[in-house]
Amino acid sequence: MSTIDRRRVLKLLGSAPALGFTWTVAEARQAHQHAQAAKKAAVKTGKAFQPKFLTDHEYKTVRVLVDMIIPKDERSGSATDAGVAEFIDFMMMDLPPEQRSPAGGFVSSDEQRTVRQTAMRGGLTWLDVQCNRRFNRTFLGCTEAQRKEVIDDIAWPAKARPEMTHGVAFFNSLRDLTATGFWTSKIGIEDLDYQGNVFVAEWEGCPEEALKKLGVKYEAD
Amino acid sequence: MQIVPTPKIYDVCIVGSGAGGGMAAKVLTEAGADCIMLEAGPRFDSEKDGKMFAWPYDSPRRGAASPQRGFGDFDAGYGGWTLDGEPYTTAPGSQFYWYRARMLGGRTNHWGRISLRFGPHDFKRRSIDGLGDDWPIGYDDLKPFFDKVDTLIGIFGSKEGMENEPDGIFMPPPKPRCYELMVKKACDKLGITCIPSRLSILTKPLGDRPACHYCGQCGRSCSTHSNFSSPSVLIPPSLKTGKLKIVTGAMAREVTIDKSGLATGVSYVNTKDRREYQVRAKIVVLAASACESARILLNSKSTLFPNGLANSSGVVGKYLTDSTGLSVSGHFPQMMNSVPHNEDGVGGMHLYMPWWLDNKKLDFPRGYHIEFGGGRNMPGYGIMGGIHRLNGGGYGKALKNDYRKYYGASISFAGRGEMVPNKETYCEIDPVVVDKWGIPVLRFHFKFSDYEYSQAKHMQETFRSIIHDLGGTPTSPMPTREQGYGLEPGGWIIHEIGTTRMGDDPKTSVLNKNCRAHDVKNLFVADGGPFVSNADKNCTWTILALAMRTAEYIAEQRKNGSV
Repeated sequence: MSTIDRRRVLKLLGSAPALGFTWTVAEARQAHQHAQAAKKAAVKTGKAFQPKFLTDHEYKTVRVLVDMIIPKDERSGSATDAGVAEFIDFMMMDLPPEQRSPAGGFVSSDEQRTVRQTAMRGGLTWLDVQCNRRFNRTFLGCTEAQRKEVIDDIAWPAKARPEMTHGVAFFNSLRDLTATGFWTSKIGIEDLDYQGNVFVAEWEGCPEEALKKLGVKYEAD
Repeated sequence: MQIVPTPKIYDVCIVGSGAGGGMAAKVLTEAGADCIMLEAGPRFDSEKDGKMFAWPYDSPRRGAASPQRGFGDFDAGYGGWTLDGEPYTTAPGSQFYWYRARMLGGRTNHWGRISLRFGPHDFKRRSIDGLGDDWPIGYDDLKPFFDKVDTLIGIFGSKEGMENEPDGIFMPPPKPRCYELMVKKACDKLGITCIPSRLSILTKPLGDRPACHYCGQCGRSCSTHSNFSSPSVLIPPSLKTGKLKIVTGAMAREVTIDKSGLATGVSYVNTKDRREYQVRAKIVVLAASACESARILLNSKSTLFPNGLANSSGVVGKYLTDSTGLSVSGHFPQMMNSVPHNEDGVGGMHLYMPWWLDNKKLDFPRGYHIEFGGGRNMPGYGIMGGIHRLNGGGYGKALKNDYRKYYGASISFAGRGEMVPNKETYCEIDPVVVDKWGIPVLRFHFKFSDYEYSQAKHMQETFRSIIHDLGGTPTSPMPTREQGYGLEPGGWIIHEIGTTRMGDDPKTSVLNKNCRAHDVKNLFVADGGPFVSNADKNCTWTILALAMRTAEYIAEQRKNGSV
């Protein structure tokens, strides 16, 4: 907070995202040990990531589901490539802040987490029950075609049959959580070609092509 | 419990370190006063503690909010709608949410930098429409201080010559983003004024602060001090005088007085050792935020002041208002498959819409301004959530492609309007509940009137007409009257003011026109508490100008020896 000279500014900006702007030691440890570091370690030691909330069966199911939601394609990797399964397990344990209740007052952090956990556990179980009824096996035990058949019934809310509403709600939530996990990962951000979060010496507005697409232009300077 | 007094008697004790406290400290220390500043939270240094340039994946929760960081992992605000062990209550039937920061600089570290001067009409509303009250001062009284604030802190904008949106001393505004030009086109057609925004972000270097580098992350606090926060702009020059002592972790309990009824200082709880300390000072300036300052006064009860200090009028805590606010998002097909480019810009909108209509022709008395944002933002927690409402849902490669198409194709419009003070909206001390420091807490009463609901309806209709004009689709249905037209509950816009209002009559106001307590001549308030009305503008720039005026008045009085 002392005065800041040009050299120091350049140093500050040049150092990003190294020491100056990163996390406190504890936060950094938490962040890196989890999604990314855990993944790398698993590759190195051959030891699998140990989920903290999801059971082994649930974790394997989630891995299949998120890759069905966002698969690898010609432009980028899959949801599991981007660490989405690890992220989802983390979010199941994480505490949100107290939240505004529609009735007034607040919903506590613990209550929200419990709701979140129950919805995930219950949703995954709902899916297994569906598969059991139809094919006499769990979602994981199903063939790819069988999995698709069940997911097709819950992936399009407006077209889903009335008895599918619980599956639809679960899949909507899982799709959203997968989207956050994927599009906020390094893989996802590069895929979207987000070009910001960088030092811009001079702001020149939007490029011609972007202006043209929206049918607008700058007034003559 | 033994109270530990400070040996030194300071010239001034300032409670709070945000816009008002920071400004008071700067003016008073530079005028030679020995100041002590009490801040309930920890120190904060944007160079070391800020999260500028962090990527979402640097956070295990991808920037989501947590109990410690109510606005997310990257946001600079330490605090939130609830604080552990520091409750507040609401009266039956009332809804009110109180955002509190606990950190050096308070909310100035993460605020929106929207820096609008209150205009000539905003000080004289009763004279114009018969509602509420006039301020005891007018725009002309504050204009020189607005000018000095502009020059000291730095602000960009454009000269428009609008009567109630006074021009300031502006740096050049940044060029609009392309979707902002698109919105302006619709506004021009609909007769809605759309002009460059006025934000306290440097587009030219100022003193030793470099110009903005357009990372769009002002809310994370700026590591190069290129925007306004109290610790970036006001605290450093105060410390440089050698006259400012900052005590962090100091939760103010009450203003202490002597037998003659003059303030002698402030007692506080040290949040680390939980002991009670007393700071002695010749002058006390409360700048703890409007409601927190009212709470301190109401809790400063004595035989001389049985209703709380400076409260012979019974007005402390009354006349509370927040800005009205609501938002509507739209999805725009022409923004799909957008051209990849860096659209970050400054940390906020480059254009906005000031109030453009005449209330005499409308069914509500006060106006609002419009803020908007969208486009290709840095992906964050919750990105493209609810996509099934736009594309129908699905999964697989088709869904992945949809995400790419839809990224950056929405704009959100938010209204910020003026609420008329009413008798049913105020805060008081809860008769039963104390916080973990043993300090009685505030209980809020809050009610909007039809004025605000009619205004909210107008906001909804306006935003929807802009969205429709552009060929877009609102992502939520028009709310009904029963749903309050989507008006956010009281406190939600975090512009709460008015709880220690100014006035010429000591029977109907807490402070005189110099923000000095009518009842206690060495007690001043320098936050949003003194405001008589709220205006359709964000309050910070006027808090800064008013705090500067108050602090200069105190410095003058010290010179005269009258306090």
